[in-house]
Amino acid sequence: MENISVTATNLTRAFGDFVAVDHISFDVYDGEIFGFLGANGAGKTTTIRMLCGLLLPTAGSATIEGLDIYKNSYEIKKVIGYMSQKFSLYEDLTVSENIEFFGGIYGLKNAELSTAHDQALLKFELEAHRNRLTRDLPAGWKQRLALACCTMHEPKILFLDEPTGGVDPISRREFWQTIYDLTKKGTTVFVTTHYMDEAEYCTRLSIMHEGRIIAIGEPQELKEKYNKKTIQDVFIKLVDH
Amino acid sequence: MFTRILSITRKEVLHILRDTKSVFIIFMMPVLMVVLYGYAITFDIKDIKLGIVDRDHTPASRALIEKLTKSEHFKIRAKADNARQVEALMMQRRIIAALVIPKGYGKSLQTKPMTKVQVLIDGSNANTATIVSNYINFIIAGYSLQLNSKIIRVPISTEPRIWYNPDLKSANFIVPGLVAVLLMMICAMLTAITISREKETGTLEQILASPVRGFEIIIGKVIPYILLAFLVGGIVIIFAQIIFNVPFRGSVVALMLFSLVYIYASLAIGIFISSRVKTQQTALMFSLLGTLLPSILLSGFVFPIAAMPQVLRIISYIIPAKYYLTIIRGIVLKGIGMNFLYSQGIYLFLFGTLLLMISIKRFSTKL
Repeated sequence: MENISVTATNLTRAFGDFVAVDHISFDVYDGEIFGFLGANGAGKTTTIRMLCGLLLPTAGSATIEGLDIYKNSYEIKKVIGYMSQKFSLYEDLTVSENIEFFGGIYGLKNAELSTAHDQALLKFELEAHRNRLTRDLPAGWKQRLALACCTMHEPKILFLDEPTGGVDPISRREFWQTIYDLTKKGTTVFVTTHYMDEAEYCTRLSIMHEGRIIAIGEPQELKEKYNKKTIQDVFIKLVDH
Repeated sequence: MFTRILSITRKEVLHILRDTKSVFIIFMMPVLMVVLYGYAITFDIKDIKLGIVDRDHTPASRALIEKLTKSEHFKIRAKADNARQVEALMMQRRIIAALVIPKGYGKSLQTKPMTKVQVLIDGSNANTATIVSNYINFIIAGYSLQLNSKIIRVPISTEPRIWYNPDLKSANFIVPGLVAVLLMMICAMLTAITISREKETGTLEQILASPVRGFEIIIGKVIPYILLAFLVGGIVIIFAQIIFNVPFRGSVVALMLFSLVYIYASLAIGIFISSRVKTQQTALMFSLLGTLLPSILLSGFVFPIAAMPQVLRIISYIIPAKYYLTIIRGIVLKGIGMNFLYSQGIYLFLFGTLLLMISIKRFSTKL
């Protein structure tokens, strides 16, 4: 049995009468890429926000690295990395300043901070652009920078909320390569997407529709189960029943 | 904790410095306001355009006219023969007041117990009219006493001496008020905007997912604005001293201490606003309505609170600028110390704390 990184049990969140996430349960194993596939409004972002301690669930429970999301939300924040939908960076700060800032709020200081900063520049190939203002960067680089910022503290688990929105195909491929590199070093990745091709890259996948998980398993497993060639076809079959 | 606060402060300083236009405005505005308020918005009236209708033509009537023209407040612009001409002159705005000395004035002075002269004033600007009327009354009353004392003994005479601002210079009164308004603006408006900007761009969500606590974000973000507020306040006071000779009679340390409490209250307003709004635009609107306008209009900065209707007078009690005005005018003009002002300071401190408590509850580390 593999070690469990994230467990959710009947996790629910309602906004007034609208139930955004409806009693979902799943496990994420250490070191895997766990994908959340679903249309816009399926409840992916709400789920991620609850797991990251940004939003309180209405019902249900979840643990991250053994920490309870109700009781230990502060400790959870130290072990996770979170990249929000819009790669929220400071546009009027340079690449280097953004990296330094995020390192700083994760508590890195002095030598530790400058080492992590230099490594991030190297790892994400941003060295040549370190003094450029973030607003002048192309979307693909902004995305790399955002990833660099939220991995400064070497999180055990990384939450990526639609990390490739608005990014060109080549940058997307490179980005997934970087994600593979991270998992090789033992990082667990929890990623939401609505790109079907990206869904194929995941170790395991859960398909979300109107707040519920309607299918979960390895991509290959799902394709065989529903007798389809691609995840896209699986998705359409499930949603269009 | 300090590492995180320091990171936020450093980032905030970079934001401010990168925004060169705003930096320019922040430093130019105080200077501009001192000049504008100091020169243009003055309540001192000099060279009042006066018309004279002398129907007496005696040495006595000429003596009265001379009394008025000798003061620097009046300049004779026209001489008329009757009231109708005076009206025409006023309509052309060549004069704003006229003195009518009736026929037989000189004689009446000698023989009767009381002699009347008429004063006509253009009341289209009520404020000016009141001031002009006061000036004329003051001069004539003085002259009348002078004449009287030649004949009989004057039992009581007042000798008014105005303390703390002997020349009744408007700048002395306005400049401390400006400091109050500017500090409120920098602390409340700019913090409200900077926090709501992070909400708007989504960066707040990003940093709330890190182990930063709500109070660390707030402290980190306000530090640069506290320094900025002190800098701007200092510029205004020094600048006013150079061009208007506004005195500074009290202790600098006391003023800085009290200013810190006022800044604390202003920041609390800014944080309160930003905890309730989602965009920079609304933050700006609310800070204009909620801080700038009351600080200018209801604090006693321009309009005396004592002259306000009951309702506004009650409202003025919750406005921090009212208390700070008492403090800064007290220290700058009167040179009074802490012991006379601590109750104002305590109020400001309580005001800020209460507001902060309400807003921190909302500004938790949840979205």
